[in-house]
Amino acid sequence: MQPLIEFTGVNFGYGAFNVLEDIDLHLHPGQFVGLVGPSGAGKTSLLKLVLDLLTPREGQIDRVRADLRVTYVPQIETVDWSFPVTAEEVVLMGLDHRQNIWPWPRRSERERARAILDKLEIDHLAERHIRDLSGGQQQRVFLARALVAEPEILVLDEPTTGVDVRSAENIFHWLTHLNQDGMTILLTTHDLNMAAAHVPWVVCLNRRIMAQGPPQEIFTESILEDAYKGEFIVIRQNDMIFVQQKPHSHGLSDVLPDPVEGGLPNHDSREKSANPVSALKES
Amino acid sequence: MDVLLAPFQYEFFRNGTVAAVLVGGLCALIGVYIVLRGMSFIGHGLSHAVFGGAVVAFILQFNFYVGAVSWGFVAALLINQTVRKTTISADAAIGVVTTASFALGVALISRYRRFSQSFDAALFGNVLGVTPTDIAVIVFVTLAATFMIFFFYKQLLFTTFNSEVAQVYGIPTFWIETWFALILAAVIIASVQIMGVTMIGAALVVPPITIRLLTDSFHRLIIYSTALGALTGLIGMYLSFYVDVSSGASIVLLQSALFCVTLFYVSRVRNRNRLVETPVYGPT
Repeated sequence: MQPLIEFTGVNFGYGAFNVLEDIDLHLHPGQFVGLVGPSGAGKTSLLKLVLDLLTPREGQIDRVRADLRVTYVPQIETVDWSFPVTAEEVVLMGLDHRQNIWPWPRRSERERARAILDKLEIDHLAERHIRDLSGGQQQRVFLARALVAEPEILVLDEPTTGVDVRSAENIFHWLTHLNQDGMTILLTTHDLNMAAAHVPWVVCLNRRIMAQGPPQEIFTESILEDAYKGEFIVIRQNDMIFVQQKPHSHGLSDVLPDPVEGGLPNHDSREKSANPVSALKES
Repeated sequence: MDVLLAPFQYEFFRNGTVAAVLVGGLCALIGVYIVLRGMSFIGHGLSHAVFGGAVVAFILQFNFYVGAVSWGFVAALLINQTVRKTTISADAAIGVVTTASFALGVALISRYRRFSQSFDAALFGNVLGVTPTDIAVIVFVTLAATFMIFFFYKQLLFTTFNSEVAQVYGIPTFWIETWFALILAAVIIASVQIMGVTMIGAALVVPPITIRLLTDSFHRLIIYSTALGALTGLIGMYLSFYVDVSSGASIVLLQSALFCVTLFYVSRVRNRNRLVETPVYGPT
């Protein structure tokens, strides 16, 4: 099957600094791809290359057609929440403006916007100002704007940043449903556990593609430690994967004096006194 | 009634009132987009940049409108492109481009001290000098700006809300911003005679921020801001006539007074609502 978008040897950077190097990537119809990697790894730059907002320094980006419909849900931090628009007005922005030259929407356009808001269970919030919505509701409004344009590829930049765990779970639930209906999805996320649970194909990025494949193959200590330059614990139970970064102890061990030389209680006694009830009994 | 009708016996007042109502409404209409893009200073800056263009046009014996509009358009485009293509913020780009242009005007005036024309009117506005040609220019610019905002309403709204994302959704943001820069330059030129270079910035910004305090709806903001701009243009002309102050200053002072009253009213209402919503815990 011909990929919708194909990156071949793509390099990109700002000034003298290379953000992305030697990127080879295919996005096939119906794929659900998650980009993971540390901050500054080039995830958003890669999305912007897909969206044709940036131009590569070297290499080639081929699209299956010039008029490929790609829509975008930006990072929630980039939105001006004081801008005077309602949830419905935001969704209506996603419609093809060439179809209706008048400033006001047609009844059919409003019905289409309402139907998508209803599908995402926020129809009752259509008249609300975007500032008056919760993080999860705001994210769904911008997802609705992307869906009303009936995209072939849906691109999302950190869709679960700034939302609570339940809302994040809901967002991934919606995305999984959309993907099952045939939509191609590309997203970035810092939530490795959410990606492990919901995204079928993961690309681990840190300027270069470190690894790509199903989460079972990608979420290993060695790959994550290589990409994030930190220590990770990966727990596998049945089909589930839990990823946790080890808290780094450097700094603390350098500052604390040696237990014996500094006269502090030794390790064992410190462990005992960690429980205040035991410590009281002992005294 | 005589108080309202008496000034209309003078031709300068009739011309001035038509111009002030149109300019007041026009500045407030365009001002909505300027305020929402966080470029409130652009009106003030561009009006100064245009002053430089006007001086150059006078020296080279160009038509004033052609020289000033071209100059203002290039300045607005330079600011837009600097903000789009670099990490320089809008206020810094406006500061550099427009002040340099104004400085060029000042330098040329001091170099060629042979001006028979007074630039006081351009700086502070002079209703006595409004000619039928000025009114024709104002009407033309008003129609062009209204046409653009009516037929590109959705594209302008999306571009103002988030230009980068709008581009992804197929909005030709470069052309929309270029057209907007051209219209903005034209609005400023058309308004110079009535408002004066030093007052245009306020006429662009004060009506939209006043109405913004009262509504969260974009289309209401557009309609009410334009209406407020036109109304203050009319009342400002009466004030200018009876109190004998410059037209630009009287319109801006009236708009600023209305802003203060609205701000006071909104703060009072919010405080009252906060008191009602705050639960009072007493002894149980």
